[in-house]
Amino acid sequence: MADTKVDQMSVNVVKEPSMMTGAIPRKEWLDTTVTFKPGNYCYPAKKSIVEYLDKGLPGLFGVPREWTVESDDWKLPENWVEIILQGMRERLDKFRSFKVFMDICVRCGACADKCHFFLGTGDPKNMPVLRAELLRSVYRGNFTKAGKILGSIARGREMTFEVLKEWFMYFYQCTECRRCSVFCPYGIDTAEITMMARELLHLVGVGTNWILEPAANSNRTGNHLGLQPHTFKQNAEFLLDDIEEVTGVRLNSLNFNRKGAEVLFVIPSADVFAEPGIFTFMGYLLIFEHIGLDYTISTYSSEGGNFGSFTNNELMKKLNGKMYAEAKRLGVKWILGGECGHMWRVVHQYMETMNGPPDNLEVPRSPITGTVFENAAAAKMVHISEFTADLIKHNKLKIDKSRNDHRVVTFHDSCNPSRGMGMLEEPRYILQNVCNNFYEMPENTIREQTFCCGSGTGLNTGEIMDLRMRGGLPRANAVKYVEEKHGVNMLSCICAIDRATLLALMEYWNPNVGVCGISELVGNALIMDGEKERDQDLRFEELLGAGQAGESGNNEEGE
Amino acid sequence: MKHAFLAVIALILIAWLGSLVGLDYLFGVVFPYLAFAIFLGGFIYRVINWAKSPVPFRIPTTSGQEKSLDWVKQDKLDCPATFWQVVGRMLLEVFAFRSLFKNTKAEIHDGPKLVYGSSKWLWLFGLAFHYCFLIIVLRHMRLFLNPVPAFIGKIEFFDGLFQIGVPVLYQTDLIFVGAVTFLFLRRVLIPQVKYISFAADYFPLFLIFAIAATGILMRYFIRVDIVSIKQLTVGLATFSPAISGDIGSLFYIHLFLVSALLVYFPFSKLMHLGGVFLSPTRNLANNNRMVRHVNPWNDPSIKPHSYAAYEDEFRQFMADADIPLEKELEPEPEPEPAAEEAPAAGAAAETPKPAADAAAETPAEKE
Repeated sequence: MADTKVDQMSVNVVKEPSMMTGAIPRKEWLDTTVTFKPGNYCYPAKKSIVEYLDKGLPGLFGVPREWTVESDDWKLPENWVEIILQGMRERLDKFRSFKVFMDICVRCGACADKCHFFLGTGDPKNMPVLRAELLRSVYRGNFTKAGKILGSIARGREMTFEVLKEWFMYFYQCTECRRCSVFCPYGIDTAEITMMARELLHLVGVGTNWILEPAANSNRTGNHLGLQPHTFKQNAEFLLDDIEEVTGVRLNSLNFNRKGAEVLFVIPSADVFAEPGIFTFMGYLLIFEHIGLDYTISTYSSEGGNFGSFTNNELMKKLNGKMYAEAKRLGVKWILGGECGHMWRVVHQYMETMNGPPDNLEVPRSPITGTVFENAAAAKMVHISEFTADLIKHNKLKIDKSRNDHRVVTFHDSCNPSRGMGMLEEPRYILQNVCNNFYEMPENTIREQTFCCGSGTGLNTGEIMDLRMRGGLPRANAVKYVEEKHGVNMLSCICAIDRATLLALMEYWNPNVGVCGISELVGNALIMDGEKERDQDLRFEELLGAGQAGESGNNEEGE
Repeated sequence: MKHAFLAVIALILIAWLGSLVGLDYLFGVVFPYLAFAIFLGGFIYRVINWAKSPVPFRIPTTSGQEKSLDWVKQDKLDCPATFWQVVGRMLLEVFAFRSLFKNTKAEIHDGPKLVYGSSKWLWLFGLAFHYCFLIIVLRHMRLFLNPVPAFIGKIEFFDGLFQIGVPVLYQTDLIFVGAVTFLFLRRVLIPQVKYISFAADYFPLFLIFAIAATGILMRYFIRVDIVSIKQLTVGLATFSPAISGDIGSLFYIHLFLVSALLVYFPFSKLMHLGGVFLSPTRNLANNNRMVRHVNPWNDPSIKPHSYAAYEDEFRQFMADADIPLEKELEPEPEPEPAAEEAPAAGAAAETPKPAADAAAETPAEKE
C-alpha cells in the first residue's frame, strides 16, 4: 500500500502547493533539478537481466552493471552524452513523428491539465508540453541553429547528468496513455516522445527492473511472470476445478500447444495467475466451451502483453514475433487475443508491420457465426470483445443476465484499446447484454477521454505507490462519482494491467469497488449445458436471490 | 519575454533609422525579396526535411469507434479507416481546429473532487486569429495585383459591412488585435501557460502585434502615400520594383516587420502550419489490421527467441506435463534443463498454483 494514508493524500492533493492548487513555482523550470528519494523512482534493472537482454539485442540496453538511482554516479559509459545525441540523430531520421513533434509545438497549453499525473501531482513537469520540452530543449540545443546560438534564451540546453536524471524521473511518470494527444491541435503524442526518451535512456543503460525483468521473462519462458510451461499449464488447469465447483460442469476443451487447432488464443499471462485476472480467464474458457471453439493456448507464446514496448521498438518486435511464429508452427488459421491493453496497442498498430505479413494465416472468420472479421484481414488477429460481441449479436450465447445482479457495473476504457485502436462499443455492447446494472462514468473520463489507471507502461511496481495513487486519482475519482450516484460496486475493464493496478487503486480510494474483466461477467451469465443450479459467481460469491435465479432468467438470450 | 520584446523594438528602430538615412531601396526592395525567398525556400526545406524521415508505424490517435463489425457504428471523422475519411478528419483539424474544440479545463476541489468543464476560449480566439490573419493577407493582395481581382473587393465589402468611420473600419483588424491580445494575455495570466512560455512564444506575438499596429496606424490614423506604395508593391510583384516619392517611415517599419516574420517563419514554431499536415497521429487511417503498413527500415534479423530453443530448455518439464513436443525426449533424459540462460528463475516460475495476492503486480519482489 501507499506510504501516505488516504486521508492525508486526500488533503495533500487539494491543499499542498502545486500547480493544480494554484501555486506558482518561483524558479524557471530550466533552473530546477530533480532529487530522487525512496518512493519517487523505480528500481534500476539488475545486472543479470541486462546481460540476458544484451545477448539478444546487443547494445540497446547499455552496459550491464549494478547502480543506484539515488547515487550521483550512475556508472554511465564515458561517452554517454555522445551515445544519447547520436541516438537522437538516428531516431530523428527514423521517425517522422519524433522530428515533427520536436518542431511544431506552439506551447498553447491545451494538453496541460489532460495528464493524470499532472492532475494528481500538480508537478509542472508532468504537463505533457513540459515533459516534451525536457527532450525538446536538448534537441534545440544540439540540432537547431537558434538553440545552438541563443542557448537558454531559445530554451536550448546541453545534455548533462542533471538532464538525464530529469528524463529518468519524468519519462517514467508518463504512461504513454495518449490522452493529451486527443486534445493537441497538431496531434502531438507524448507517448511517441516518451517512447523515444526511453529508447535513449536504455541506450546508456538506464532502465527499470520492473520492465526489463518481465521482458526478459517473456523472451525466455513466453510470459512475463516467468512461468515455465508446466507451471503455466497447471495454473490454468487448476482453474477448471473452480469452474466445476461453481457451475457443476467440467470443461474439456482447455489444451496447450496443440497443432491443427483452428484458433490460437493469446492472453495476458496474469490471467492465469492473479486475481482478478483468473476470473476473466474462467470467463474465456466458459465462452469457448459454450460455443465449442476449436482453440489452443500456447505456453511458448503465453504472453500477450509486451514489456518490450516500454523499452524500445526492437524488443517490442522481438517479443511480439512469438505470436506469428507460434501460429505458424501450430498451423492455426487465425489468432484470438484476450483482454489486455498495451498488448492490443502492439497487436493493432505494430504487429503486422513488425512481424507480418502472416501469410500462413487466413482472414479470421468466426466458425460459430460465420462472421468474417474484415477489420483484421491483414493482421489476422481478433479481440475477444469483438468476437464475443459478434456471438451475442447472433444469439449464440445463452445468457442469464440476472446472475450479475449483485454487481452494479461501470466500465473503464483502457487507454490503448480506446486511443490506440478505437474499440469503444464492443465491450459496452457485451456489458449491456450480460448485466442489468451498467452505468457510465462522466463523459470527460471515458471513451477517447478515458483516464489511465496511473500505472501503465511498467509503472505498476510497489516502490512508487504514492505516485501511482496520485496518477490514478482522476480515474478513481470518476469511479467514486458513480459509486455515490448509482451504487457502483464493480469496475470492469479489458486490460490485465488494469486488473492489477485498478485493484490497488480501488483499495486505496474506493475500497468498496471491485475490479473485473468483461469476460468474467460473461462467464457468470453463461448458461452452460448440464450445469447445476448456480448460486455463486466465479469468485464463489453469493448471487443475488440465489436459488431463484434459475426460474427468472433461463430464457433470456442475447438480444 | 523581455528578449522577445526588445528584439521587436530593435527591428522597429532599425527600419526607422534605415528609412531616415534613405535606405529606401534596401528596406523597400532588397529585404522584402530576400525575406520572401528565405520564407519560400525555408518552408519547402523544412517540409522536405520532415518528409525525408519515414513513418515506420501507423499510429493514429483514435478518438472514436473504429471500423469493426458491420453493425457497430464507426466514428468516421475521429477514427477514420479510409483515405477520404482521413481527409475529412484533416479538413476539420486544419479549418475548424477540431481537437482544440474538445478542450476542457480541470479543477480540483475538496474531497478530493476533480471537475472538468468545457473550455472553448482558446479555440475561439485561436480560430479568430488565424482566419483574420488569412483575410488580412488576402486583402493585401490588392497591393500586388493590377487589376484588383473581384473577390478581393468582395472580401473588403464584407469586412467593412458595418460602414463605421472613414476609411471604413475592417472588423478583422479589430478582431485580429483582440485575438493577439488574448493570446498574449493568456500567456501571462494563466500560470501553467506562463510557465511553459519563452522567447519563441512571445516574439511572434509581439512581432505580429507590431505589424498589425503599424498597419492600422497607416490605414486609420497617419496617412501614407498610398499611390507610391501601390507602385512599389506592384513593382515587387512584377519584378520591376521602383520607388518614387516619400512613402514615410511607418510604411518601411511595417514592411520590415513583415519581412522579419517571413524570415522567422520557417525556422520557428510557426511551422506548425506545415507540420499539422504531416502529423502521423492525425493523417493516417486507423486500418492497421486491415491493410499492411510497411516500415522501410524494418530489421528482419530481429527474430523472437525460437520455439526450438524454448523446447530445448523445457523439454523435460513439458513432457512431464503432457505438453506436445516437436522433438521427443532422448531415451536417456537430459540432466537438468539448461539454466545458464535463465535471467531469474525466480520463485514465480516455480509456484505450483495461483497465488492470488502475489499477483502479476510485482515480479521484482519475487526474488
